[in-house]
Amino acid sequence: MSDGRALISYQYDGSFDGMLSCVFESFVRHENPTDIFPEDAPQFTLCPIRFVPTNERHAKRVAVSIPVKISRQAADWVKKGFLSCAEHRELLLLRFLRLGYQKGAAVTRMLQQETVSELFHAVQFIENESHLLKGFLRFSERGGILTAVIDPKNMVLPLIAPHFADRMPRETFLIYDRTHEMAVFYQNRQMQIFPAGEILFEPENDTELLYQQLWKQFYRTIAIEGRYNPKCRQTHCPKRYWQNMTELCGEVLGNSARNPLKKASDSIIMEETARQNLPERTENHDLYFKS
Amino acid sequence: MDLMEKLTILSDAAKYDAACTSSGVDRKGKAGGIGNSSACGICHSFSVDGRCISLLKVLLSNDCVYNCHYCVNRVTNDTPRASFTPRELASLTIEFYRRNYIEGLFLSSGILKNPDYTCEQMIETLRILREEYRFYGYIHAKAIPGADSALIARLGMLADRMSVNIELPSEASLRLLAPAKKKAAILSPMRQIRDGITENRSDLVQYRHAPKFAPAGQSTQMIVGATPETDYQILRLSESLYQKYSLKRVFFSAYMPVAEDNLLPSLDTKPPLLREHRLYQADWLLRFYGFTASEILDEQHPNFNPFLDPKCNWAIQHMDQFPVEVNTASYEMLLRVPGIGVRSAKRIVSARRTGSLDLDALKKIGVVLKRAQYFITCRGKLPDAARLRSDNMIRAVLSDKAAQMIGTTQGEQLSLFHNPNLLTREDVMKCLTGEL
Repeated sequence: MSDGRALISYQYDGSFDGMLSCVFESFVRHENPTDIFPEDAPQFTLCPIRFVPTNERHAKRVAVSIPVKISRQAADWVKKGFLSCAEHRELLLLRFLRLGYQKGAAVTRMLQQETVSELFHAVQFIENESHLLKGFLRFSERGGILTAVIDPKNMVLPLIAPHFADRMPRETFLIYDRTHEMAVFYQNRQMQIFPAGEILFEPENDTELLYQQLWKQFYRTIAIEGRYNPKCRQTHCPKRYWQNMTELCGEVLGNSARNPLKKASDSIIMEETARQNLPERTENHDLYFKS
Repeated sequence: MDLMEKLTILSDAAKYDAACTSSGVDRKGKAGGIGNSSACGICHSFSVDGRCISLLKVLLSNDCVYNCHYCVNRVTNDTPRASFTPRELASLTIEFYRRNYIEGLFLSSGILKNPDYTCEQMIETLRILREEYRFYGYIHAKAIPGADSALIARLGMLADRMSVNIELPSEASLRLLAPAKKKAAILSPMRQIRDGITENRSDLVQYRHAPKFAPAGQSTQMIVGATPETDYQILRLSESLYQKYSLKRVFFSAYMPVAEDNLLPSLDTKPPLLREHRLYQADWLLRFYGFTASEILDEQHPNFNPFLDPKCNWAIQHMDQFPVEVNTASYEMLLRVPGIGVRSAKRIVSARRTGSLDLDALKKIGVVLKRAQYFITCRGKLPDAARLRSDNMIRAVLSDKAAQMIGTTQGEQLSLFHNPNLLTREDVMKCLTGEL
């Protein structure tokens, strides 16, 4: 093909290491795949598909080379880009890395380049969303555990969880990402991310409900009537976050129709989750907590 | 009185304080404690007036002995009174903080009995938070004018940010509306806090673990629109506050008529929100864009142009300095281009090191060209829109709201036959600079 793309698509297991293995594969075989997608994603391609098995050694070689041959900032972008919701993000990362190995550290400054600017905006988006959620996320205490539900567009859990762990080292908390069906559980300086189709929470007790009432009352009282400006509020706090915010969920239309804490079928009971039964599949995301 | 009632009364009484920022200090959490703090600040919610809610903003007490005319808590006002006990408030703060409702506490108070007693109560609240709960989150404390300097010093050791409200932009207004507050009584704690911060900084050089005095600096607030000062006077005042008192922020609060008083504007006065907005825009220009107050306004033009933001206004009066070439202009000059902010300017400077930029590249970088295109060239060329229709400029630099206020049409019927009398670029300029 004229743009040097091979007529092949890569498929990988959806993990970060798997994606890096695809990068390795592409370099070793001197080919540019038309697409790279995780195995559980719907496939719309007429090209032949090759499954690239995750190879830890290959992945490590790529991971180690990025900060050395490009820059630490580039390594950070690759991690965040992988967690972002950018379309064809794996292919974008591959293009970025190819350019990066060529240009070195300057690549993250080359915002006029299509590839770099696309990745840059994806990274901005996820950083922005995780910053907002550090504020907009709401915990409610259920059975001694602080629980929260979020619906982010990007996979922000690995970015926000360390913030809350640093903030509340003595608490036990669970944040459930409903979009990606993932959850993070923190207790005694141990943090784990695991997939979760549904989480059944214990009901809130009276003390919890009292604090929610107090907070709602504070929220209502603090507004100045003479400055009423709901549009300004919506600019700063987009409506898609409201359904999980104690003080604003009542203002979302049709809220009653949706039970905020239920989805999908396979369920993990909170009690068990908290105390013993943490699922095994955590390795893919551990990587982010080391740095 | 139950907690709900107290919270209602005391947050209602505190809501006219503009500051709700949690920025300026980076602090990691510690084992066994609760809380951390990040320098950029985190907004936790936005109230229906569009203001950020970051801190639990309450008064310790609204049972004030003073009688400031503009204040809801003045002693002669018939309003319900309440006071938190220090322990009550500390526990409420922690419970809100755990649920991630807030970033910390903003504590102010009416003058309960006397300034010293009030200050002691505030110190006790912060002490419980810092020492008993081991709370490392953000605390903003209002210094109580007239309190003993030892108490202010203690308060500064417990809080992250301190503030003393200057209340009104001139001494004459202060004398008129807040007879119990003297200019000296406001400035002396401000000076003390400034000196505390400077001294502490040199201690920190010597002893890394020296306790920190108000590490997030100090701020102040003044009411705009209750008294006849011009925008220029207000801006000059804030500039000198930044310079002389090294303030981190000066907040402006559009006067909300809350009290019937013959010294004050009448109760049906609308709060001057646009004026407040312009002041904030100018304040940003002072702090981040390298402008001085006398560049933004002067004796001849002592008030803001309601239709144009201060930066556009400056640019239009200095068209001789434009257009600037994005590939060669200094960072300082890029910052002066309407529509280019700190972020865009930084990105441009960084990206142009790797290759020259054209209009398309600017778009990819994320520079918003709506206004900027009239003030820049890319590789020596004016952007098309700017070249083709110079009269578009006025519409582009006006905000949508301002355009509505003037009543310009937002588009027009094209004609094959004759060129209607459009404003030329010069006309637009003259009109805006007041020559026409």
